[in-house]
Amino acid sequence: MTMLPSSLPPKKLGLVIDLDICVGCHACAVNCKQWNTGGHSAPLTDHEPYGNDVFGVWFNRVHGYEVDDGKSGRAVYFPRSCLHCEDAPCVTVCPTGASYKRGEDGIVLVDHDKCIGCKLCSWSCPYGAREFDEDEGVMKKCTLCVDRVYNENLEEWERLPACVITCPAGARHFGDFADPNSDVSKMSAERGGYDLMPEMDTKPVNKYLPPRPRQLDEKPNQLLDAPEKGFLGWLDKVLS
Amino acid sequence: MTPAYSVIFFTTASGAGYGLLFLLGLFSAIEAVPADPALGWMGFGLSLGLITFGLLSSTFHLGHPERAWRALTQWQSSWLSREGVLAIFTYGPTVLFAYGWLYLGDTSGVWAVMGVLSALGAAATVFCTSMIYGTLRTIPSWANKWTPFNYMVLGLATGAVLLNALQNLLGAHSQNITMLCVGSLVLAWVGKIGFWKVDPMPYKAGSATGLGTIGEVTSLSSPNTNATFVQREMGFQVARKHADKLRRISVITLFVIPIILTVATVFVSSGLAATFAIHALIFTIIGIVTERWLFFAEAQHVVNLYYGDHRS
Repeated sequence: MTMLPSSLPPKKLGLVIDLDICVGCHACAVNCKQWNTGGHSAPLTDHEPYGNDVFGVWFNRVHGYEVDDGKSGRAVYFPRSCLHCEDAPCVTVCPTGASYKRGEDGIVLVDHDKCIGCKLCSWSCPYGAREFDEDEGVMKKCTLCVDRVYNENLEEWERLPACVITCPAGARHFGDFADPNSDVSKMSAERGGYDLMPEMDTKPVNKYLPPRPRQLDEKPNQLLDAPEKGFLGWLDKVLS
Repeated sequence: MTPAYSVIFFTTASGAGYGLLFLLGLFSAIEAVPADPALGWMGFGLSLGLITFGLLSSTFHLGHPERAWRALTQWQSSWLSREGVLAIFTYGPTVLFAYGWLYLGDTSGVWAVMGVLSALGAAATVFCTSMIYGTLRTIPSWANKWTPFNYMVLGLATGAVLLNALQNLLGAHSQNITMLCVGSLVLAWVGKIGFWKVDPMPYKAGSATGLGTIGEVTSLSSPNTNATFVQREMGFQVARKHADKLRRISVITLFVIPIILTVATVFVSSGLAATFAIHALIFTIIGIVTERWLFFAEAQHVVNLYYGDHRS
């Protein structure tokens, strides 16, 4: 069904993405592609993967931004994927019921056998999370690795989304936001985890942790200033 | 937004078709137009033809047109689904209304009720079409009251221009229809002025990324070397200087010329009036297609903020 679950899901599975830690290596995006091209949404079609006109379906895209903080400025790497919103507009606009939010854990999925490929869900998503598969004629999106996190054929430590398990920096965390004592809930509360584009009222489940304030900016010229005393101080006086 | 030609054809053709059906249904119910068989055949043929071809063409852009019937299931939550359900529902009273008019020569009593039901169905269907766009908060220039207003009034206006052309072709000039024609065109013009005043992008990359609290956000590196589906679908943006020119073309062809020609039909012989009314229709078609192309081509989607549109 295309309507949102009538009661709040008992679990709210989602990700915490730590922008202080992300180094922009794209490993999350690559491992996502690798897992999902064989998983629930397989295949994630590629056109000309080794040619000039590369075009394919990916569920995770890593942006790089420059943020001008009025000091030395900073580069922030920013992975962008489905936020599994509580008020997911991609679900309610769907005319067929192919796009749905699971009542048990809040994961937003597409039933590829019902999708007519009208693309309206991709228009309704503020975060560009959905990508149309031109070969299959259906919409595809992040499944929060629903085929990993409940997969009993995997070792327990492997039951994490592909993007989380592969992150070499530990910038991505998976858990249940409905449980206030879960690691993700605590992490988000401590570090001021925030929603992307809150003005869209989508109530994203995934939270982003802001970059920590820089230490260096407070004493920017510490290393450049000449000392007043000692040999270097004497040398400075002689030379100036 | 990238304009899809099937959707432009669908919205303009079905808009005019439903506008014409609305007028036929309502006018015959209040006996403002006679149950003339020639007007009936041409009117129903044109309106149902435009509606049906429009609906069919809207399925061309689907990835799986053979599954289109599934779009009728989610009317409780989806405006696209509601549009489909109402479009099909409207055929019921319309066929009965057309039967009464064409085969019994009767548009009174129960047939008038069918006419009113067809008119209501036509208006409701166009409203649903408009709300598909009007509820997309990701596209600020669409997510406001002007979108349903424009779709409804432009459907009425293009339907009225069509009806006026038909009436004049049949040598049955009607002052009421001429007035309605001019009135709805003026109202639609006002609607477009209001629509074009809306700020197309009040949001910033700072809120899209949440990094605006630190400072101005500039895109440093794109995640991808070639445009993705999202950029191909949502990234299209007509150049400002072209948009300004196209807005002027649409205002002149959709409003200025048809209004002048329609007003002129009152003062000339019936032969010349028919020529004027037909030319008004031709310009309206050029104008409405330009207007609808611009509706998509000028629309800005918030996802572009992630790719470096609108700093801070």
